Amino acid sequence: MPSFTDVVKDRVPAPAGQPRTPKIETRSFEFFYGATQALFDISLLIPERSVTALIGPSGCGKSTFLRSLNRMNDIIEGTHHTGDVLLEGIDIFAPQIDVVSLRKRVGMVFQKSTPFPKSIFDNIAYGPRVAGTRDRATLTRIVETSLQRAALWNEVKDRLNASAMALSGGQQQRLCIARALATNPDVLLMDEPASALDPASTARIEDLIFELKENYTIVIVTHNMQQAARVSDTTAFFYQGRLIEVGPTRELFTKPRQKQTEDYITGRFG
Amino acid sequence: MTDKESPQSPSLAGLLHKQRDEGWVFSAACRTAAWSSFAFLTIIIGTILFSAWGLLDWQFLTSYDSRFPARAGILAGLWGSFWVILLTVLISVPMGVGAAIFLEEYSSDNWITRMIRTNLANLAGVPSVVYGMLGLTVFVRMFGLFAKDGFVERATGYRVEGLEVLGISIPLPFSHSVISGALTLSLLILPTIIVASQEALRAVPPSIRHAAQALGATRWQTIRGLVLPAAIPGIVTGIILSISRAIGETAPLIVLGAATYVPFAPGNIDSPVKLVTEPGGILEAPFDRFTVVPIQVYYWVEKPQAEFKKLASAGIIVLLGLLLAMNGLALFIRHRSQKGLKW
Repeated sequence: MPSFTDVVKDRVPAPAGQPRTPKIETRSFEFFYGATQALFDISLLIPERSVTALIGPSGCGKSTFLRSLNRMNDIIEGTHHTGDVLLEGIDIFAPQIDVVSLRKRVGMVFQKSTPFPKSIFDNIAYGPRVAGTRDRATLTRIVETSLQRAALWNEVKDRLNASAMALSGGQQQRLCIARALATNPDVLLMDEPASALDPASTARIEDLIFELKENYTIVIVTHNMQQAARVSDTTAFFYQGRLIEVGPTRELFTKPRQKQTEDYITGRFG
Repeated sequence: MTDKESPQSPSLAGLLHKQRDEGWVFSAACRTAAWSSFAFLTIIIGTILFSAWGLLDWQFLTSYDSRFPARAGILAGLWGSFWVILLTVLISVPMGVGAAIFLEEYSSDNWITRMIRTNLANLAGVPSVVYGMLGLTVFVRMFGLFAKDGFVERATGYRVEGLEVLGISIPLPFSHSVISGALTLSLLILPTIIVASQEALRAVPPSIRHAAQALGATRWQTIRGLVLPAAIPGIVTGIILSISRAIGETAPLIVLGAATYVPFAPGNIDSPVKLVTEPGGILEAPFDRFTVVPIQVYYWVEKPQAEFKKLASAGIIVLLGLLLAMNGLALFIRHRSQKGLKW
């Protein structure tokens, strides 16, 4: 098994001269499930058109943080937060923000693939349809481009009317990515998108993430540190609800500044 | 390799043998249980068919009740059952499914919803006669509000006996009309419909709801486009089972005062053709007096003459036919609604 240093050492570091503009910024963000505090004082800049990986042991709050970025936590009762999450400088928790349009701009892919019990076409067209697109030609075009971007088009173009449930696990997950892309978001949140997949499907998803970052800002939660090392530009290490360390992936994996980070990435705990 | 074919050691062979014997006993017991229920049904239907033989003809299906067994028929009961069940479905399905959607998809978990949930389970177990008493007070008599010297007359000085709405005269109180029966049966089957619908909704994986909302669907879009279609087969099964129960109910309708001897069909619609040719009757039917098939059967069984007992058997066969038709319809709707789903 290659070490993380092997994985990242050949990586060209991000050009230092031009700092990327932050797409998402959190300021002293804290999150509570009822009386239990899940996130403590998270201040993080997520750069545009790059992959940011959130790593950390189970229950460290990385998924909670991810779900806060498109307010999916609103669905859970009895939660509240303090601090701000800014998307392009705009507070997403401001009262005048429409959650529905926020979620169209900040798409999400879940750990378990969740195809709807509908045809492949209807799955992809779901987002545009609920947004009010009815024109068949437009929908067909969206479905085709989304499937192409998710590298699934060639495998399913002959059976768009077949059930999405009949696809393999890896295909289902790419379908979910395509479905998230169909609403034309500019941020894509991925919650362990490859944890339930075999190595070949995982590799395809990772290639896909690499391609997608040309156009999208991607935040990915992963348990697999090699995956974080392979696909991400920036890595943030969470532990017990706190952001311990964040930095360029190469630096974080080769020269971690915090003892806890080093212990975690070398496998001493977690 | 050849050792495998040779007989096992005696102790092991004995063990294997004994295990197989026990399995045989258990499976035979299960088989008997399964077949005995079928046998009982066959015996019941066989006996009733034998008793009804000769009476179950077209004349029986197209005549009203009569003092003469040879001329008596089930027509009033059939039309009564048709109207009562139609109205029951129209009332209880939207209310039941709506309540289930509220409880499962919208309501938060507070003491009120917890109380509603607990009460639903209790209501499903209340004997049907009790619903009959409730219906008698609430729908048939309306607490005596409209009676002579009742609250309305004393408060307004006028005796209100009915309302004219869009040309339909609605009697107040509803008295012993189809609508009273339908409302009572609706109350009777509502808990069952709600609980069955809740279970069907709960069986839809929450991940589907989250995925839809992450795509920017509103809660209502998620429910209408994804959750309800996935839950429809389960909901329809629950509805049909409840309706089948309502078709056979006698006790609450007798308490309500559904008539036993009715020589007419509600709204004077005595053949399907009249639904088209005399549509005015459709609006009158809900407020007409009525009887239903099981009450008709009950009334005939009570009579001393042997011929009426045979008529009762014929009525039971008609009732069973109705139930089978409903179950067939349920299968058909399930099948249809599952085709749209691509699991």
